[in-house]
Amino acid sequence: MASEAPDAGQVDTREMAKRIRLDALRMTSAGGSSHIGSVMSMADILAVLYGGALRVDPSNPTWPDRDRFILSKGHAGAGVYAALAEAGFFPVEKLTTHCGDGSDLSGHVSHRGVPGVEFSTGSLGHGLSVAAGMAYAAALDKRAHRVVVLLSDGECDEGSNWEAILFAGHHKLGGLLAIVDYNKIQSLRSVEDTLTLEPFADKWRAFGWDVVEIDGHDHDAIRSATATVQPRGAPRCVIAHTVKGKGVSFMEGSVLWHYRTARGEELAAAEKELAGA
Amino acid sequence: MKDAFFGRLERLAEADPRVFFITGDLGFGALEKFVERFPDRFLNAGVAEQNMTGLATGIAMEGRIVFTYSIGNFPTLRCLEQVRNDAAYHGADVKIVAIGGGFSYGSLGMSHHATEDLAIMRALNIPTVAPGCDWEAAEATEALAKIPGTCYLRLDKTTAGNTGKPGERFVVGQSRRLCSGDDVTLIATGGILDVALAAAEELATAHGLVARVVSMHTVHPIDAAAILAAARETGGIVTIEEHTIRGGLGSAVAEVCADEGVAPRAFHRIALRAGFSSIVGSQSYLRGHYEMDAKAVVAAAIRVSRGVEVAC
Repeated sequence: MASEAPDAGQVDTREMAKRIRLDALRMTSAGGSSHIGSVMSMADILAVLYGGALRVDPSNPTWPDRDRFILSKGHAGAGVYAALAEAGFFPVEKLTTHCGDGSDLSGHVSHRGVPGVEFSTGSLGHGLSVAAGMAYAAALDKRAHRVVVLLSDGECDEGSNWEAILFAGHHKLGGLLAIVDYNKIQSLRSVEDTLTLEPFADKWRAFGWDVVEIDGHDHDAIRSATATVQPRGAPRCVIAHTVKGKGVSFMEGSVLWHYRTARGEELAAAEKELAGA
Repeated sequence: MKDAFFGRLERLAEADPRVFFITGDLGFGALEKFVERFPDRFLNAGVAEQNMTGLATGIAMEGRIVFTYSIGNFPTLRCLEQVRNDAAYHGADVKIVAIGGGFSYGSLGMSHHATEDLAIMRALNIPTVAPGCDWEAAEATEALAKIPGTCYLRLDKTTAGNTGKPGERFVVGQSRRLCSGDDVTLIATGGILDVALAAAEELATAHGLVARVVSMHTVHPIDAAAILAAARETGGIVTIEEHTIRGGLGSAVAEVCADEGVAPRAFHRIALRAGFSSIVGSQSYLRGHYEMDAKAVVAAAIRVSRGVEVAC
């Protein structure tokens, strides 16, 4: 019998998303690291997940009945660290060590020494297979928790993902939920100009997945798309249409902010925009 | 060795419900009995080794001891990053099993020659074991299942038979002295142990040299004490492996000697000095072709025992 998750209370996920964006902006700025645009595009998804959609217990990060969450786009790890801190897994002050000497908050998400991080990634195309393994084990053991994995769009260039997509569809891993942060921009250029994914939803469907497409910044839509559980049905893919750099006007839709670090006036301008949002 | 592995795997599965087995669509004629007996603990991941290793990690992290299985380089090099980042970094109970070490699949060509795996897997700092006989293969299977974390088991087509003694205990990281002697030490890993034993016999009968033969089934963590004893007590060391000369057993033995400042009187590595083999043939043919057979070991051992470094 699965024990009950503690009451998450009424979390204002919009406020939480704002804090995740601000935290990550300051972390990447102070740590001199990259990928702030990739954090901004998925911040609303993280806020909804850690604001109540995921059954997790910050006071007991290894609670056996927790939902498992894997960030496969590990380069946006600052966002997960921020979400975990804001959700109470560890003190927000720890975020200031991000990417610093001797810190365990690495640029790409890592579990060691960080309560709440389920799995370490950073090389793309790893998270979905591991999540599929966790979901397969949960099904074997007839357990009710879900396994949620968040991928980037550029990451779907990796062939290993398609091995896992094939596997999860074949085995009808209904406890598996894959969310793609489809912000349309990868490292050097747009997804469309690199390796087009379209027709993206049809590809997942052809592999046996139940696919929904949503606005990845609409919290109600995220909440609704991630709520469905089909333990013995098809795995679900949520294609979340997002904007890279969302929340900071000069970062939005820009390839530049995949790597650029906000400092000085840019940092101040970004903080002002986010705080006023 | 394959049968020894599957036989012990079944016994382990009987005793421990956590034991789980994933194949990358290989094992025809070998794994049927396991599948029949433990259908819920068997998974064919298909021809997809990256996914197989990621799956194994996920399943292991949920409380199982997961064996991944394929041939040659497929469960190691093909999915090396999944082994490194997913299984090993997370300390997941994934036991990677490759059937077909060295030139086991000699006639199938370069793609199926597993000749760099020991160097690469030991670099990941995971227990790396290449049994030399059926007894060691069965014992290693059980021992690795009981060691927490990710491990590598390299199985060979050839075998030195059954060298286990009644009551003998197998310990990962602890080599086995199969023959005692002081004139020279032959240190072997993997199925090529049969060559070491044959060479020792010829050294004794035809050349009056008594060789110490050490089965170094565990390449990492390596048995430093046995190596240092060989360096101090015998006429020199010959290492024998069906593997590239770069980074495997011979390198590991040399590292121990250099680190400890204990030089053997003479030292020679029997290993694959060429890069990749475009020549095919039986395992014994290829050993001969690349001077890794008993004849080559005897010649090296004679020179080493005389304190002569063998030219590389």
